[in-house]
Amino acid sequence: MANPLLEVRHISKGFDGTGVLEDVSLTVHEGEVLVVVGPSGCGKSTLLRCINGLERIDSGEILLRGKPITGEKRDLVAVRQKVGMVFQSYDLFPHMDVMGNLLLGPTKALRRPKAEVEAEAMAMLKRVGLEEKAHALPRTLSGGQKQRVALVRAMLMKPEMLLLDEITAALDPEMVREVLNVVLDLAKEGMTMAIVTHEMRFAEAVADRVIFLEGGVIVEEGAPAQFFHHPKTERARQFLNTFVYEAAKKQSENSADA
Amino acid sequence: MQALDVLLKGRNLARLLQGLWVTLSLSLAAIALSVALGLLVGMLMTMKNRAIRAFCRLWLETIRIVPQLVLLFLVYFGMAKAFDIQLSGEASAVIVFTFWGAGEMGDLVRGAVQSIPRHQTESANALGLTRGQVYRYVIIPQTVRRLIPQAINLATRMIKTTSLIMLIGVVEVLKVAQQIIDNARYDALQAAVGIYGVVFFLYFIVCWPISLAAGRLEKKWA
Repeated sequence: MANPLLEVRHISKGFDGTGVLEDVSLTVHEGEVLVVVGPSGCGKSTLLRCINGLERIDSGEILLRGKPITGEKRDLVAVRQKVGMVFQSYDLFPHMDVMGNLLLGPTKALRRPKAEVEAEAMAMLKRVGLEEKAHALPRTLSGGQKQRVALVRAMLMKPEMLLLDEITAALDPEMVREVLNVVLDLAKEGMTMAIVTHEMRFAEAVADRVIFLEGGVIVEEGAPAQFFHHPKTERARQFLNTFVYEAAKKQSENSADA
Repeated sequence: MQALDVLLKGRNLARLLQGLWVTLSLSLAAIALSVALGLLVGMLMTMKNRAIRAFCRLWLETIRIVPQLVLLFLVYFGMAKAFDIQLSGEASAVIVFTFWGAGEMGDLVRGAVQSIPRHQTESANALGLTRGQVYRYVIIPQTVRRLIPQAINLATRMIKTTSLIMLIGVVEVLKVAQQIIDNARYDALQAAVGIYGVVFFLYFIVCWPISLAAGRLEKKWA
């Protein structure tokens, strides 16, 4: 973890006068996995969207490898070719088959030869267990399969960093696992990632560092073991407790059934 | 089989088909113009400028509220009365049907463009595609797919509605049928039903394949 790959410096962002992010600063080092957690509406997604230039920031700056990617002279297309992003909604292009979806970015944005990318795409589909779906249309895939394809699509751009915005939030529970396994795999290989998620156990397993965001402010930051088991702030404790409460309720229901 | 006898008498069948050709050529001219103008109008309708949107809205409401027949009379008789512009029935028909079709087509284009979810653009952006590439590979192909079934639907409606233009003196298929029936009034009174049946059949064989194609495309691209 030598070089800071991404530096977010004092950024603020508001929509129609209400602040969504207030003076947020963070750093992601090469090979590091940063997980951002927090209650709904705390600004987690907005943070990722600002990094990828989908939202304009009001103040502050964002640097990628020391070079500013915000401000007037920014080249968004170039930034997005280096920073991949996967969203919550199934965002495959419905009029193309899986392979078409995978080839679009590398062949059009990066102008790489089709045959070469196709071979890479097949290899990656195989890795995520979807090689037989290469020529299926997105609507014939399950949610979990779609998100795995979306991950492969982002990875084929060979990004320096990946932003994952609640990629399992719209999935049925049994499909969450197959998607998160792919992410865990990427983390093992040293992929730099910033992940927004509600899956606390996954967050603990995948994170090198956790940020707890609330009301657009970073409330707590720390190593996963420390954050999830001995949170420093009362707010983080309350937030984590909401998940424990859900688990306890399930247990009591199960014991009542038995 | 009085109708068949009447139909095969003299040049009756040829004239009926000629009438069908008038119907089709005027429809196709209006449809082609409507599609071309409609694409433009649709883009205007998605613009942020309020004045342009209000104007389009007014246009759309007009063609939806005013019956096509009234529009035809307004252009054919009204223009002559008010501005001394003598338009032929055919020209009036193409003008009115284009005025109607371009407005409706524009609204279809607007709907199709706006129905593409925003995250389609966002995920294409996130792949590092340029603005032009996003439109070319992601937005336009999806818009066209949503548009074609509805546009075909509009086209069949326009073909059917051209039957009104006989009321401004255009001798199209329905008018020819009436003339044939009128001619045969004294020796073949029962022919009317059969002749109208033939007209029904002619409209059917023109519109049915189009509807069929629309249904197919809708299924394929759903």
